[in-house]
Amino acid sequence: MDTPAPSGLAMNTSLSTTPLDAWHRSAGAKMVPFAGYEMPIQYSSIVTEHQACRTSAALFDVSHMGRIRFDGDGSEQLLDHLLTRRVSDLPVGGVRYGLMCNAEGGVLDDVLVSHLKTPSDRRFHLLVVNASNHQKIVDWITPHLPDFPTVTMSDRTELTAMIAVQGPKAIDVCKKLFAFDPSRLKYYQATITDQFKKPVIVSRTGYTGEDGFELIVRAEEANRIWENIMLAGRDEGFAAAGLGARDTLRMEAGMPLYGHELNESIDPISAGVSFACNLKDRSFIGDDALRAVKAAGPKQVRVGMIPEGKRPAREGCDVLDADGKKIGFVTSGGPSPTLGHPIVMAYVDAEYADAKQFQIDIRGKTVVANVTPLPFYKRPTKA
Amino acid sequence: MARDPEKLLYAESHEWCDVAEEGGEKVATIGISAFAIEQLNDLVYMDLPEVGKQVTAGEEFGEVESVKAVSPLYSPITGEVVEVHSELPDNLDQLNDDPYDFGWVIKVKVSDDSNLSSLMDAAAYKKQCAESG
Repeated sequence: MDTPAPSGLAMNTSLSTTPLDAWHRSAGAKMVPFAGYEMPIQYSSIVTEHQACRTSAALFDVSHMGRIRFDGDGSEQLLDHLLTRRVSDLPVGGVRYGLMCNAEGGVLDDVLVSHLKTPSDRRFHLLVVNASNHQKIVDWITPHLPDFPTVTMSDRTELTAMIAVQGPKAIDVCKKLFAFDPSRLKYYQATITDQFKKPVIVSRTGYTGEDGFELIVRAEEANRIWENIMLAGRDEGFAAAGLGARDTLRMEAGMPLYGHELNESIDPISAGVSFACNLKDRSFIGDDALRAVKAAGPKQVRVGMIPEGKRPAREGCDVLDADGKKIGFVTSGGPSPTLGHPIVMAYVDAEYADAKQFQIDIRGKTVVANVTPLPFYKRPTKA
Repeated sequence: MARDPEKLLYAESHEWCDVAEEGGEKVATIGISAFAIEQLNDLVYMDLPEVGKQVTAGEEFGEVESVKAVSPLYSPITGEVVEVHSELPDNLDQLNDDPYDFGWVIKVKVSDDSNLSSLMDAAAYKKQCAESG
């Protein structure tokens, strides 16, 4: 059998580490190379970490994600030009999910943009981008900067750390820790607060399907904040969680992941994220291409499926129609720890958008898979 | 009687192999090492061959899946599958606790044991695990 890549081997490429690297290793994390960083994939068990997030809260080090700050007049206009979603009407304290496309409408990245104000009243925008696309996005934006001479772009990734605290108990525990009570934030709102006089950007966002928030702190404060939260949540069952659990959680929540559901050869409409494209009354890079897709209809659609039996279908498996003809492919698949059966996200040809059942070829054996609405898992609403 | 992991042979790919005489035939019992099970973690699925299937040393005979990934199982020996541990796929949790007894996977009637000498003893296998872990 092939066991997962061992940790701690000298790599011939130089990998970055996050400010929490020593903590991960001391906690026994299995470290893997990911998007140029050495990242924890799991500490003890993906399933245990996954369940901690669903029932209590999990802490994720997401410092590998790119954080790019825009200061100065014109930042809104620059971002409006680059993103599928309007930024200029985003109020201070707002966070928005959007996509950055190329001229053909292919997705360069999916991003979060926050509009923030410092305690000294300076407004700025912060773009959080996928780790794997970080340099690509910086390189994509840079040639546009001369058109917006009053805008300064600064890459804050190395200077800061980012921690996600996700789960039903995250807010109640963390509200004791900061100068600002994060439970006052609505979903997709952000603010700058502090802990022990050190600034913390808190946003009520996440990538797990749970309530919770994401923190951006100065790199040198990362360990203190992380440990404070772990300590505060100790009796509630908080756990550190790695990239493995992050993936199973986001899959259950039906969230697309760049490199799987999203890439440069798919447009956001075909990817099922047309809600994040404002095409009316505005222009941005890729807008014409996306209008054309909208007018003609997407060529493929993203669907959720539950394969029968226990055998998980994985990324890359073919999706077949009832006659065995290939009509799509799996983009993400695996066992769902919460639901106890395998789940699959796939693209299928648009003409099959209303089909209720497909077959999936799992390495030479076909299984029946029933279409189910996304997300697979939705957190219970509070009474 | 409990199988002693110190007396087994091991493939580089982490399968263990216990060869014994049964009714004048050499029969190899094959399983997965405790080290590999711990590395894989969170096992969810196992795909096993049918009785009667021919397996070849170094070639795939089945799959075991964790939450994260699929791992092929390679046969340490050449021969015919004479027994399959059909209860195992529904009780993968028990593999962690008992990889060498409850955790046996298949039994193979050995038709060619020429590759036995290329398998490792427990000491050599432990060394491999220590170096990779």
